[in-house]
Amino acid sequence: MRTSIRRSQRLMALAAVAALTTALLAGCASDSDDGSSNDSAGNGGRTTLTVGTFGVFGYQQAGLYDEYMKLHPDISIKENVTTRTDVYWPKVLTRLQAGSGTDDIEAIEVGNITEAVQTQADKFVDLGKSVDTSQWLGWKLAQATTKDGKTIALGTDIGPMAICYRKDLFKKAGLETDRNKLAAEWKGDWAKYVDVGKQYMKNAPRGTTFVDSASSVYNAALGGAGERYYDQDGQVVWDRSPGVKSAWSVAMSVATTGMSAKLKQFDKPWDQGFANGTFATVACPAWMIGYIEQKSGGSGKGNWDVAAAPTAANWGGSFLGVPTASKHRKEAIALAKWLTAPEQQAKVFAKQASFPSTPSAYPGLKPAADTTAYFSDAPITQIFSAAAKTIPTQYFGIKDQPINSAITDVGILQVEQKGKSPAQGWDAAKNEIKDVLGR
Amino acid sequence: MTGSKQALAQPASGSGAAPGIPPGASRAVRGRGAPAGAGSWRSRLYRWDTKASPYAFVAPFFLLFGAFSLVPLLYTAWYSLHRVQLSALDHQSWAGLDNYENLLSSDFFWNALKNTFTIGVISTVPQLLAAIGLAHLLNYRLRGSTVWRVVMLTPYATSVAAATLVFTLLYAWDGGVINWFLHFFGVGPVNWRESGWGSQFAVSSIVIWRWTGYNALIYLAAMQAIPVDLYESAALDGANRWQQFRHVTIPQLRPTVLFTVIVSTIGATQLFGEPLLFGGVSGSKGGSEHQYQTLGLYLYDQGWIIGNLGKASAIAWSMFLILLVIAAVNLLLTRRLGRTR
Repeated sequence: MRTSIRRSQRLMALAAVAALTTALLAGCASDSDDGSSNDSAGNGGRTTLTVGTFGVFGYQQAGLYDEYMKLHPDISIKENVTTRTDVYWPKVLTRLQAGSGTDDIEAIEVGNITEAVQTQADKFVDLGKSVDTSQWLGWKLAQATTKDGKTIALGTDIGPMAICYRKDLFKKAGLETDRNKLAAEWKGDWAKYVDVGKQYMKNAPRGTTFVDSASSVYNAALGGAGERYYDQDGQVVWDRSPGVKSAWSVAMSVATTGMSAKLKQFDKPWDQGFANGTFATVACPAWMIGYIEQKSGGSGKGNWDVAAAPTAANWGGSFLGVPTASKHRKEAIALAKWLTAPEQQAKVFAKQASFPSTPSAYPGLKPAADTTAYFSDAPITQIFSAAAKTIPTQYFGIKDQPINSAITDVGILQVEQKGKSPAQGWDAAKNEIKDVLGR
Repeated sequence: MTGSKQALAQPASGSGAAPGIPPGASRAVRGRGAPAGAGSWRSRLYRWDTKASPYAFVAPFFLLFGAFSLVPLLYTAWYSLHRVQLSALDHQSWAGLDNYENLLSSDFFWNALKNTFTIGVISTVPQLLAAIGLAHLLNYRLRGSTVWRVVMLTPYATSVAAATLVFTLLYAWDGGVINWFLHFFGVGPVNWRESGWGSQFAVSSIVIWRWTGYNALIYLAAMQAIPVDLYESAALDGANRWQQFRHVTIPQLRPTVLFTVIVSTIGATQLFGEPLLFGGVSGSKGGSEHQYQTLGLYLYDQGWIIGNLGKASAIAWSMFLILLVIAAVNLLLTRRLGRTR
């Protein structure tokens, strides 16, 4: 009797200890997930500037913080990295509106820049006065500028698009492998790119498909359209936008013809697809170059090549803004200005392949030597800078991102993975967007 | 019999002493010394101490509860009656019950409610049944019993993220172990993430894997408090192990089972991490047809991805009300069970 009680108490204690440990573990896990801070200071600077970023910005990796601290011994810099954008942005929004807790410099993703421009402009310092705004590509600057001419953030990288393709698979399928001839073959229209895909599928090497996913083709095609989901006046026009319609129809012809590997980008299986070489092409913004090299590994070396995309398109890119709540506004402006200057953007490109938004940096751009070799000595910088200069100005809307994911993650996915008809997919997306817009 | 009941009740009353006057405290004060004089300062201090101290001791919890639970709860209620966007918290306009009406007429809400229920059932029921069976096995004299018990707890100790990542790979449509295994039985590859029942089953399996050991340990603790003489007399009467399990263990376990059912139901209603991570990149949608979007995910999607804070708050309050209903049903069941005993 006695022993059984004591044993049960011991078990209870064991359970309690386990629960506590788990709570601690969970605490650590979530910490590293959304707030692992990276202190790179340590040289006794008097003013500590914090930079809030998401994902990998490459400033740390390219040694820019250290360089800046060497130039300015009274400054030390601390970067607060949040891995995921969908965790990062709501956090920034609430802090901006609370007027406290923001970093001295906050990064803003291109999908959120319109929301920032239209709803948070008064919470950011006008940086247009402190820099030579003509350094930036016109469309990049326009995205971060309010109607009355206030520039709330400075452009960092952009995502000019190309097509990355597996030369070896193209050869096996009996297709053209020369990057210039290929580019000429699909120039001007994503539908022509789909036609190449149809040819590929006729003799496709076993176990391979032409593209990774229909959504990636959709994003690539939409990235070159003049109009996305909103018009210039901020009205939702997604269901009559010609850009959306043509991108949708291209995506549908990919989804319904079996030329897609039906993967979801940035999911684990997608990474495995790179490693196993199961798809022959992927629409690659400049920032994806490094990703492909890393995920494809040794087996892809010299097999990947890069050709110009059918239309000049942009996908992704970011901005740096200085919140008015920053305690060291002057120093923060100087740092933001320095980080986004052409020379620094070129350094980030050399390390991280994030493509500069300042054209004066283009002539001197040098990709890492192993990257060039990896992509069959393709003139990567030429291809991307040519694309960058002809990208149309796109107007993003406040709910651009949720609308986009409604189309790709619901509409396209239903057609691609569940065999629904394009009309059913469109209706599903429409329903979803109704929910997003709250109407 | 009575002894064992006390043993079971002991930890419970220790932690749940909040309602009523703690008997120990008053007794201790009375016993500490007779008051020197009715009107003396010391005795007044004593009386004041007796009255106020308990409040001071319980205050920290209630202050924290107020700051981190009650205020947000009421604030959420306030939000749910307004049109509020995440990007413009200072621009609120009165919406009355619009958000709730909007919710009740939304297919996504009902779908999420239904998913929460089905995933809850197919994860909780097998989980508790398996836990009770495992606990029964562990209750035998086993070599290295501590090892087995610790092993039981390891799934619970792994983080949701790690567990879900592994399961996502196992359930991968192309090249996942489970589809590879199924193909030996002539079953074609199942797209676990996109199929309706398949995805719900997959999410449930993660929940089951993580929580079975935890519940088994709770059952085990309760089983060990059952007096051995009950089993001995049952054995004398010729009951085999299965009969002992049915007629001795299960009835004795009833309060514990009720406790785990309540806890698991609350957990199932709030299910969030597993489906979110199982969904991968756009996890908050719960699949292209929202086939495993739970109420928790719908709330997260509306509030933090789409930015409709008003509607998200309405979802939060609906979930709260649903939990209240579940609690009420549980209370009724407990009473009824109590009466029949």
